[in-house]
Amino acid sequence: MKKLLSLLLALGVVCSLAGCAGSNDGSQSDASQSSSASASGSQTDGSQADGSQTDVQVMSYEEYMAAELDAQVTIEAYVQAKQSWWEDKATVYAQDEDGAYFLYNMVCSQEDYDKLVPGTCIRVTGYKTEWSGEVEIIDGTFEIVEGDTFVAEPLDVTSLLGTEELINHQNQLVDFKGLTVVAAGQDDAGNDVPFLYNWDGSGTQGDDLYFNVSVGDQTYTFTVESYLCDSSTEVYKAVEALEIGQVIDAQGFLYWYEGVNPHITSITVVE
Amino acid sequence: MRSVRRILAVACLLAAVLGLLAGCHGRQEQAAFSVPEEFDESRSYEITFWAKNDTNKSQTDIYKKAIEDFQALYPNITVTLRLYTNYGDIYNDVITNISTQTTPNVCITYPDHIATYLTGDNVVVPLDELMADERYGLGGSEVRFDAPSQEEIVPQFLEECRLGGHYYALPYMRSTEACYVNKTYVEALGYELPEVLTWDFVWEVSRAAAEQNADGTYVLNGQQVMIPFLYKSTDNMMIQMLKQKDAGYSTQTGVIQLFNDTTTQLLKTIGENTASGAFSTFKISGYPANFLNAGQCVFAVDSTAGSTWMGSDAPLMDIAEEEIAQFETAVLPVPQFDPDTPQMISQGPSVCIFNKEDPQEVLASWLFTQYLLTNEVQIAYSQTEGYVPVTTKAQESPEYQDYLSRAGEDNDTYYEVKLQAVQLLLDHMDDTFITPVFNGSASLRDAAGQLIEGVTKAVRRGQTVDDAFLETLYSDTQALYHLDSISPSGGEADLGPLPGTAVALLVGLAVAWILILGYLALQWRQGRKKRAHLHKNG
Repeated sequence: MKKLLSLLLALGVVCSLAGCAGSNDGSQSDASQSSSASASGSQTDGSQADGSQTDVQVMSYEEYMAAELDAQVTIEAYVQAKQSWWEDKATVYAQDEDGAYFLYNMVCSQEDYDKLVPGTCIRVTGYKTEWSGEVEIIDGTFEIVEGDTFVAEPLDVTSLLGTEELINHQNQLVDFKGLTVVAAGQDDAGNDVPFLYNWDGSGTQGDDLYFNVSVGDQTYTFTVESYLCDSSTEVYKAVEALEIGQVIDAQGFLYWYEGVNPHITSITVVE
Repeated sequence: MRSVRRILAVACLLAAVLGLLAGCHGRQEQAAFSVPEEFDESRSYEITFWAKNDTNKSQTDIYKKAIEDFQALYPNITVTLRLYTNYGDIYNDVITNISTQTTPNVCITYPDHIATYLTGDNVVVPLDELMADERYGLGGSEVRFDAPSQEEIVPQFLEECRLGGHYYALPYMRSTEACYVNKTYVEALGYELPEVLTWDFVWEVSRAAAEQNADGTYVLNGQQVMIPFLYKSTDNMMIQMLKQKDAGYSTQTGVIQLFNDTTTQLLKTIGENTASGAFSTFKISGYPANFLNAGQCVFAVDSTAGSTWMGSDAPLMDIAEEEIAQFETAVLPVPQFDPDTPQMISQGPSVCIFNKEDPQEVLASWLFTQYLLTNEVQIAYSQTEGYVPVTTKAQESPEYQDYLSRAGEDNDTYYEVKLQAVQLLLDHMDDTFITPVFNGSASLRDAAGQLIEGVTKAVRRGQTVDDAFLETLYSDTQALYHLDSISPSGGEADLGPLPGTAVALLVGLAVAWILILGYLALQWRQGRKKRAHLHKNG
């Protein structure tokens, strides 16, 4: 009798453990799945590039620019900077000797993302699109092409600011020389400030930084994009230390949002 | 002595079983919160408040002022503000912090998200007892500010915060979607704007607006760009269309009904209109406000909480001044299938409280949460955008009524389009609805939007949207959002029969207990007989 009781109790313990293990797994995965799904929303469209790289015609930059919006495109270019990775999606600036590409939310594992060091050549298949003026490749897949590497030299586009020619260099690594820092807005006391957290000052440290610079009689808004350069980077800290009236050189990628909106990656105070 | 050891052995075994069962229930489990009898003001409390703003400095300033004013009333409570600009980031960060027990104290949230947070035990504080507490509850005797009573919170807004029979949040602000219309263009096309838009009307006018000249420019605006109908939140678009059609989306308990014949018909219509150049989405093309204000859009659907960006004179603007077109803006309910019984989504932030080991800290969090419902905060915040206060106390106050009466006095606080958007919600409070909330409802919402995004992208890419395409889209979407793994659940719902393993477990435990008790009874009877025998023979 005692043996039978012990056996039944032991069985109860085993069953309890098994039951608990099952339910616990379920709740954990539910939470993580929900999180995963909310963050990877815009990928599946039933027509996604399948990543197959056989028989694809790699386009030159000129051919890419001539392609219609929403056309499927395949390009080869060299990674210049990584903006973000989240839930198996990577956003990257890439460039070759002819022009530059913004690769938004490419399918990319964390392991592959780690391999995307500046200079790495990748072949990307996705769809050319335009979002608020920014021409980019979305819903893309990529593979690393072994061989040459290329790190772009920045192109000085200071003289092109305010001209229609500037957009021809969209997404390229560019330099701006001799910019004067002007007020980006006012603080609570009404004093001019050289930068804002978020476009209107509604953010806090860690958010995007916005600052204004003037060249001649024109003023332009530059951004330190916090995914590309977070608050631990030199450029973020340098912008936080800016003073109105300083003259700076700036380097970054020629991003577009309803007009030119460079994503700055470094600045140097020259006077 | 042997019997004591035996009892101890059984007790130990039982304790082990119970311990294991309890352990299985979750390592991160915290004790359930109960309201302390007294708020201990001899101690200091530091609480964190994760808030969302619409990238709007006025909102940030109001949060800061609310914290400052609250701290003046409760000098022993320090509130630290952390700002976000979208709900998704808050949700992801909370999920990450639940596992490390580093959740904020007070958090702006959506009920859909709370349903996921509740998969952990005692993670979110149920507010029923706190709300009803005579001393510290809503309008309680010990509360140091003029808080609303429970009856003064708009009942349907409060009901939206009720999950599984308990209140897990308080509403903070409410909005709905509106269709911001370039009335000038509609009339230029020869149409008269109805009081309530129908889907047929919007599609027809949009197709007319998509007509192009031989050189590729659009007849209506002479520009290279025209997206006649642009929708910001396609999840809302699908949800509202299905509701208006009385078609399935999900049951209250989480049975997924999204993939149905009505959805298929709706997607085909959306595909046809995309093909004719009449329709696009925010994710594909950009913010509706930018296109509307540049004269490149006729119907722009966005939240009433985005109304300060809409129209030629909008106080907030992302496009260059030289690109702004001059036109008359009309603010109308989202398009309807039956204009006589309009139906529109109710949305907007709510506030939840995360549980902590120290109930005093939770009580401090509750006091701050309650402060967010005072007239000072409610009216000030609602004026920053097209929001409506969630309390009748605020809505009916002379200050708020004065605000409503001054539409158009300036292009800032009294910006006409914003106040029209507010009035739209106030006039249609009884026409609003919410979707069922369950663990996974946030994913289902994303999936609903994804169907429209997928069809729109596919059409733009020259693909054919037919039954085969939609079948693939449905299965891909189900897989992407793990909809197959959502388990129907929910408070008072019928949960169905127990699984076989659970039945076997319960039967096993019952049998073991019966045998234990039977064995003990037998022993006891044998002992009595033995004692009686000894006594008899003694």
